[in-house]
Amino acid sequence: MQDMIFLIPCLPLGGALLCALIYAWGGSGLQDLAGKIAAAAVGTAFAITLADFIGGESLHQELFTWIAVDTLEIPLEFTLDPLSGFMALIVTGVGFLIHVYSLGYMADDDARAKYFAYLNLFIAAMSVLILGSSLPVMFIGWEGVGLMSYLLIGFWYDKDDGRPAKAGQKAFIANRVGDLAFLLGMFLLFTELDTVSFAGMQTSADKLDPEIATWACLLLFVGATGKSAQLPLYVWLPDATAGPTPVSALIHAATMVTAGIYMLCRTSFLFALSPTAMLVVAVVGAVTALFAATIALAQRDIKKILAYSTVSQLGYMFLACGVGAYSAAIFHVATHAFFKALLFLGAGSIIHGMHGEQDVMRMGGLRKFMPVTWITFLIGSLCLAGFPLTSGFFSTDEILWETAMAGTQPALLLWGVGAITALLTAFYSFRLVSLTFLGEPRFVPAEVHPHESPKSMTVPLVILAGLALVGGALGLPEHLLEPLGHIPNWIHHYLEPVITSAHPLVPTDGDGHTMSTAAEGLFMFYSSIIAVVGILGGYMLFQRGPDRAGVLVAKMRPLHTLVAGKWFVDEIYELFVLAPLAILARAAAWFDLHIVDGLVNGVGSMSRRCAHKTARLHDGHLQTYALWMAAGTAIILGIVVVQLL
Amino acid sequence: MTFLPLLGALLVLMMPKRGAAGDDSAPLWWTAQVITTITFLLTIPFWTGYGPGAEGVMFQVSVPWFRLQTLHVDFTLGIDGLSVLLVLLTSFISMLVFFSARSHIKEREREFLAWMLTMQCGMLGVFMALDFFAFYVFWEVMLIPLYFVVGIWGGPRRLYAAMKFFLYTVAGSLLMLVAIIWLVSQPVALPGQEPVLTSSILAHAEHSQLASGIQHWLFLGFAIAFLIQVPTVPFHTWLPDAHVEAPTSGSVILAGVVLKMGTYGLIRFCLPMFPIATHTFAPWLMGIGAVGIIYGAFLAWAQQDLKKLVAYSSISHLGYIVLGTFALNAYGLQGSVLQMVSHGLATPALFLLVGMLYERRHTRRIADFGGIARVMPRFAVFLVLATLASIGLPGLSGFVGEFLILVGAFIDGETRWLGVVAALGFVLGAIYMLSMLRRVLFGPIVDPANRELKDLSGRECFVLVPLVVMFFWIGLGSKAFTKRTEKTLQKIEQRYTEGRG
Repeated sequence: MQDMIFLIPCLPLGGALLCALIYAWGGSGLQDLAGKIAAAAVGTAFAITLADFIGGESLHQELFTWIAVDTLEIPLEFTLDPLSGFMALIVTGVGFLIHVYSLGYMADDDARAKYFAYLNLFIAAMSVLILGSSLPVMFIGWEGVGLMSYLLIGFWYDKDDGRPAKAGQKAFIANRVGDLAFLLGMFLLFTELDTVSFAGMQTSADKLDPEIATWACLLLFVGATGKSAQLPLYVWLPDATAGPTPVSALIHAATMVTAGIYMLCRTSFLFALSPTAMLVVAVVGAVTALFAATIALAQRDIKKILAYSTVSQLGYMFLACGVGAYSAAIFHVATHAFFKALLFLGAGSIIHGMHGEQDVMRMGGLRKFMPVTWITFLIGSLCLAGFPLTSGFFSTDEILWETAMAGTQPALLLWGVGAITALLTAFYSFRLVSLTFLGEPRFVPAEVHPHESPKSMTVPLVILAGLALVGGALGLPEHLLEPLGHIPNWIHHYLEPVITSAHPLVPTDGDGHTMSTAAEGLFMFYSSIIAVVGILGGYMLFQRGPDRAGVLVAKMRPLHTLVAGKWFVDEIYELFVLAPLAILARAAAWFDLHIVDGLVNGVGSMSRRCAHKTARLHDGHLQTYALWMAAGTAIILGIVVVQLL
Repeated sequence: MTFLPLLGALLVLMMPKRGAAGDDSAPLWWTAQVITTITFLLTIPFWTGYGPGAEGVMFQVSVPWFRLQTLHVDFTLGIDGLSVLLVLLTSFISMLVFFSARSHIKEREREFLAWMLTMQCGMLGVFMALDFFAFYVFWEVMLIPLYFVVGIWGGPRRLYAAMKFFLYTVAGSLLMLVAIIWLVSQPVALPGQEPVLTSSILAHAEHSQLASGIQHWLFLGFAIAFLIQVPTVPFHTWLPDAHVEAPTSGSVILAGVVLKMGTYGLIRFCLPMFPIATHTFAPWLMGIGAVGIIYGAFLAWAQQDLKKLVAYSSISHLGYIVLGTFALNAYGLQGSVLQMVSHGLATPALFLLVGMLYERRHTRRIADFGGIARVMPRFAVFLVLATLASIGLPGLSGFVGEFLILVGAFIDGETRWLGVVAALGFVLGAIYMLSMLRRVLFGPIVDPANRELKDLSGRECFVLVPLVVMFFWIGLGSKAFTKRTEKTLQKIEQRYTEGRG
């Protein structure tokens, strides 16, 4: 299957071209075909990935040389190893389900063929990002997904006074700031190691000076914070919900935003050289997780709640990377892809059934109207909240446990932040569930006519709900399976060959058996308690609508304003970054017009006055000037001739 | 071949006037289009002949011209790795211009075509000349028609703009002429021969051994002339005026080809002939490049007029070329030449698009538009693609050049900070170009005048599609380009390294 890897990005690429052709020239009858072609392309790509994945070997395929200057040789080469194969499986798999879902969701949109072209291009770019075997090839996909995200967020560019277009622009520019750091990190690594391929860098990484390694890792990490919406570059992700909901599910929850985590795992051998960079990653991840969770507590827009929740969950994944628990991070990428895609698609189904309503305060009691959405959304929320034995429980718990056990200082503090975040997460998940599905409707059902969504939307919900429930099996902790014999944690075992960790995570005793299964069990117990307490809190407070919480909010007015206002980070950026830059631009324009050009014109008019006497020559006709110039040239040439003779 | 357009110009001038009134210009246009297409087809053998890995000069033609005592001046033309891409770019862009100009040139068409053809001859000659005097003559042959094109067919302030352009470039070319004369008066010792006077560019580039003092003066003479032509900060203010006032075809030629002559000159003359001076001034010139990138980007950001925005973005993108050239390593030089080509494709595309919009709406104020993607979907696709090529999206043409230039600046520890500063242009470019896109294409349609805009015609798409194909070709297959320039640039770099002392 070696020669088939290129098909993983190229099939969706071809699908995108077909959809674009249909959009441009196909009649109205053909528009529905586009979505089917797109879904088939991604489905086939998924099948190929699966076949390669089951084959189990690491595969390489080189297509052609992209850039070749001096010692810098960058082939367009793809690598499918356990890490990239696993990611590609998530992307094409979840991508396929979301294509199917979109068939229903976008059925009435005139531009649906364009939508599917974009969606397919996104899958192509994401596959390049994942499969690329060097930093620059990864960068093609990296910027490619940013572009597709830009286009898809702004898909309904003339709605809402152009808000989606603004959100798309914000996303692209915030991403570009990160991409700049990515580029600089790449330059630094090339300067030091003379190679940018992952394999090449890995073999020569030990030549790297620790300080340079720290710089390179930090630059790459800034790149990751852009794509994966971490502090300080996360601000674009909540606005990105202006795009169609399946896009939020696919790009802004399940796949693109995890690119930063994937990049860190891919370059784990570099981060292993720099404890400082690791600590920064862990701290930024933990702080983002907590910070975004607090914002999610007080939002009213269902998609915004989920978006901040995504920022927070991505923070968990970075925390895991920062403490060296890369497998746990990837495990959480997978479970999060299932349950967050499920939640976003569920939200889409709600919005679809409620005819565009997104404010949870105007929902309530929807369980009666949308039974499938209700059950699947509940499952997704239980996973997000980390309810025992769901997939989210295992992955979150593993991150917390490994954080507590890691040598990274201050381990317990990081664990504490993670645990508080887990509590908040459980709480806001069930605030959301209660406000939407429980209690009495806070709208007039006879006017709104909420209804369940069509099959093409509910079937993906059910499949994702199934995956979200059993996805934990990918990383069942060893100690739980102890009674059945020595069964290794599958995902750890599987990813082991491609991940370099700075330190052994779980202390082992003399015989190589992992220690303290009792402690691990204890932490798992803590995690369960946290989840259940949070869930009950959210349920009790909001099961009958927002009124009971209103009393509480009134008591904490300033804090609530701060949290509901998203800590006013957008306003701070506007005031202290964007406004000064725009003023600088205007100042530069003024300076250029009045000082630089003013000087030029001043010299011009001065010499004109001096040349008043010779004004007869200047009759204002350019032709005359040109003739004079030709004559002058001739005279000068004449002088040369005379001189040389 | 170089003179074919010139012959064409004469032909157009001599063609009989048919009738006093009515649409009788068709044969003129038709003739010009055929000539320029043939010229383009004739340059294709350069591409195939000067294949990957080629070195030295090919297709050399040399005719004795005149002699002054011991100085034999031959009229020499030829193609090497530095000029091959630029010659093709010139004939390619010129061809597209002749196919697009008819929609906005409605008066004095005969003169217009004659000047444009003459200019094409000059541009091809500048890149192919291997003799100083031939170079200078072509340089003037190229510039003079451009004054007329701006001055006659331009906008309301065309005379001011043409005058400014004229004065700037005359100052530059006189400086260059003095420098050329001085340089030619210095004997060159060819290997195994007595020192002789020669005006061959290659002889000077490969064998001249000037004293350090002379090198510094000559370097300044050439460099200032070329920096005005590029233009770099602080000599840039003629460019926005010229662009805004010039007709679309003038802007396309200006951005596509004319601006490249300055950067071409820097690499062709300054680096190999004055290595010691290059070594002295390189950090300053890199600084000028980096300042130009950032300053140009901020200026572009503040513009309210589409054409001005594109003009200032040119200043920013040309800053990269100066930066890369004076990074003085393989990455910077190769990146610079590639950036010349990719800028020479993306910016003309943007000017063509702005021109097409202007013809429909008779305004270029960004604020007058909004939401026109809805009524002009084809236009939107092309504008988005040209923007992405311009802001350096990997996979399109702008990326590879800028990437290599930044690697070139970054790799040397001493100039690394300049590379970092320059890299900010990567973000700033996205900011001003995407704001422009959003304000022009997206959002709701506010002005009712925009509701009736017609989308691009087949003819307009026909001009734009080849440019888009080139965006992808350079963006994905850069090797075909860099392998052609590699050997020549290596030689120039080697001359610099050996000669800098």
